Amino acid sequence: MIFQAIRLALRSILRNKLRSFLTILGVVIGVAAVIAMVTVGQGSSAQVSASVESLGSNMLVIRPGQRGFGPPSAGVPIRRFSLRDADAVATLPVAAAVAPIANATATLVAGNANVSTSITGTNEQYPTVANWTVALGRNLTPAEVRAGAPVCILGQTVRQKLFGAADPVGQAVRVKTISCQVVGVLAPKGAGSFGQDQDDLVLMPIRLVQRRLNGDDDVNGIQVTLSPGVGSQEGIRAIQALMRERRHIGLGEDDDFSVTDMKEVASMLNSVNSVLSGLLSSVAAVSLLVGGIGIMNIMLVSVTERTREIGIRLAIGASSRQVLTQFLVEAVVLSLFGGVIGIFVGLALAWGAGVFMSIPFTPDPLVILLAFVFSAVVGVIFGFFPARRAARMDPIEALRHQ
Amino acid sequence: MTAPAPLIEFRNVSRVYGRGEAEVRALDGVDLTIAEGEFVAIMGPSGSGKSTAMNIIGCLDRPTGGEYLFKNTPVQSLSNDALALLRRHYLGFVFQGFNLLPRTSALENVELPLIYKGVPAAERAARAQEALAKVGLSGRGAHHPSELSGGQQQRVAIARALAGNPAVILADEPTGNLDSHRSEEILILLQDLNAREGITIVMVTHEPDIAAYARRLVIFTDGRITRDEPVAWNQAAAAEAPI
Repeated sequence: MIFQAIRLALRSILRNKLRSFLTILGVVIGVAAVIAMVTVGQGSSAQVSASVESLGSNMLVIRPGQRGFGPPSAGVPIRRFSLRDADAVATLPVAAAVAPIANATATLVAGNANVSTSITGTNEQYPTVANWTVALGRNLTPAEVRAGAPVCILGQTVRQKLFGAADPVGQAVRVKTISCQVVGVLAPKGAGSFGQDQDDLVLMPIRLVQRRLNGDDDVNGIQVTLSPGVGSQEGIRAIQALMRERRHIGLGEDDDFSVTDMKEVASMLNSVNSVLSGLLSSVAAVSLLVGGIGIMNIMLVSVTERTREIGIRLAIGASSRQVLTQFLVEAVVLSLFGGVIGIFVGLALAWGAGVFMSIPFTPDPLVILLAFVFSAVVGVIFGFFPARRAARMDPIEALRHQ
Repeated sequence: MTAPAPLIEFRNVSRVYGRGEAEVRALDGVDLTIAEGEFVAIMGPSGSGKSTAMNIIGCLDRPTGGEYLFKNTPVQSLSNDALALLRRHYLGFVFQGFNLLPRTSALENVELPLIYKGVPAAERAARAQEALAKVGLSGRGAHHPSELSGGQQQRVAIARALAGNPAVILADEPTGNLDSHRSEEILILLQDLNAREGITIVMVTHEPDIAAYARRLVIFTDGRITRDEPVAWNQAAAAEAPI
């Protein structure tokens, strides 16, 4: 009987192809939107988790100015850090490794190739602090860092652009007027939490960047890896106390620097992410509801149009339950068509968005199954009222209908 | 020969529509017994109650007073689902407007009652073919109703009524939409089914020369039976009519 009802439903749906398509469009859009939102959301939180790992565990970032992000508020002069600040942090027992950072942007030239990239001036601790691995050659040495020797370590993207697959260790690259010897190459990390290319960087001794590229002795930030067993709150308090003292900040005055736990930033990003995708998914769910109402509307029209058919079936011996089943199955099949099309459209959208925003494409079978079941449920809920109307018809009235 | 068992029995049946001032007594205390194997024509002017009587006989409607016994079962106390079962297993309907499902092949139309009986697909097709053959339409199973003439459509409808092996075929103005030649064919077919298959036939008509194909004539006036007599001049005895 069910098999028969499905056959009948398919026939009646295919008989009015355009009408059926327009009817299920609401469900298609709803399901597609939910699938796309959830898939993109899961992809980007997977990516955030991956980049939390790659940031290095137990890492704090110290920056001049209040709060970590955004431009400094006008009027408050920013007091930069110096290398002595970094040395002072390094003496704290909570700090296992400390890397001062001085940033610069410059064009690197090697033979005929050149690439504009960001240069990170730092010390030999940086790969440890920021969780980088030197894949080829070696790390900077403390002597090179102290002397500001003209040496550099390339990120994979820079290496690719300047040397292709060739081994660049021992080769020279030119940055402005400096001729720099390549001593190492970093292992690739891939895209970061904002989709940026983390491998597009060059490491150099910090004094070299300060003197020869920036022409000052500013330190833009200090990255700290905490000692094992030290909690991030404890580490932050110790660093704040030290920095307030060094910068002569009186009691009751605000910090003119910030200490940020990168894990906190990542988890905040993640929660913003999930709130956003939850919000968008519920908007999409509303569209599913609207799609269900569309199905109900068309099923009511269909029941009225087929009043005579219903009368014939009742006279021939169909029970009202069988008539109910027939129209309910039709609504569910219609809705499932919409659901299946919506799943494919949604996955395609998520894939496209993933390529566009360089987010991994991670379709979740559970979510797809849920969408499928949910569209069936939409069919049952919104198909029930029209089907009941069909089932409750008086056969005499229905046969007289023209 | 013993008297055949009564199949349809009205005991003081009435059917009242509306209440109070607007009350209409479509049937007013009707007694009627139809035995197995009869061919009864019901006649009467419009509003005489003949259609109401047909609806009650066909288990599409219930009497509001009196008793209707179908195969000795009191119908007025049965549920809607039980009525559907009675229709499914014992009754076949033939309508004036044919009432075939459009855009559905003749064979599938005939299979319809068998689907509700739960007959498996292969047997269903075989029985539907057989029913089509009985009405002289073998080979037309694939045609849609729109591709068939009125007479052929009515034959498909009769085949549909036959497919469920009914005890009774109820024909409501079966020739109302047909010309006289096609009408005669349909009436001879009904006579033949009555004579050879022993199927009881109850037919509503308002034309005396159509009613003349039956063996018994019942005339309704104002909700009561005013005449009930054997048909004296049976036009073409089915037994002699070669088909």
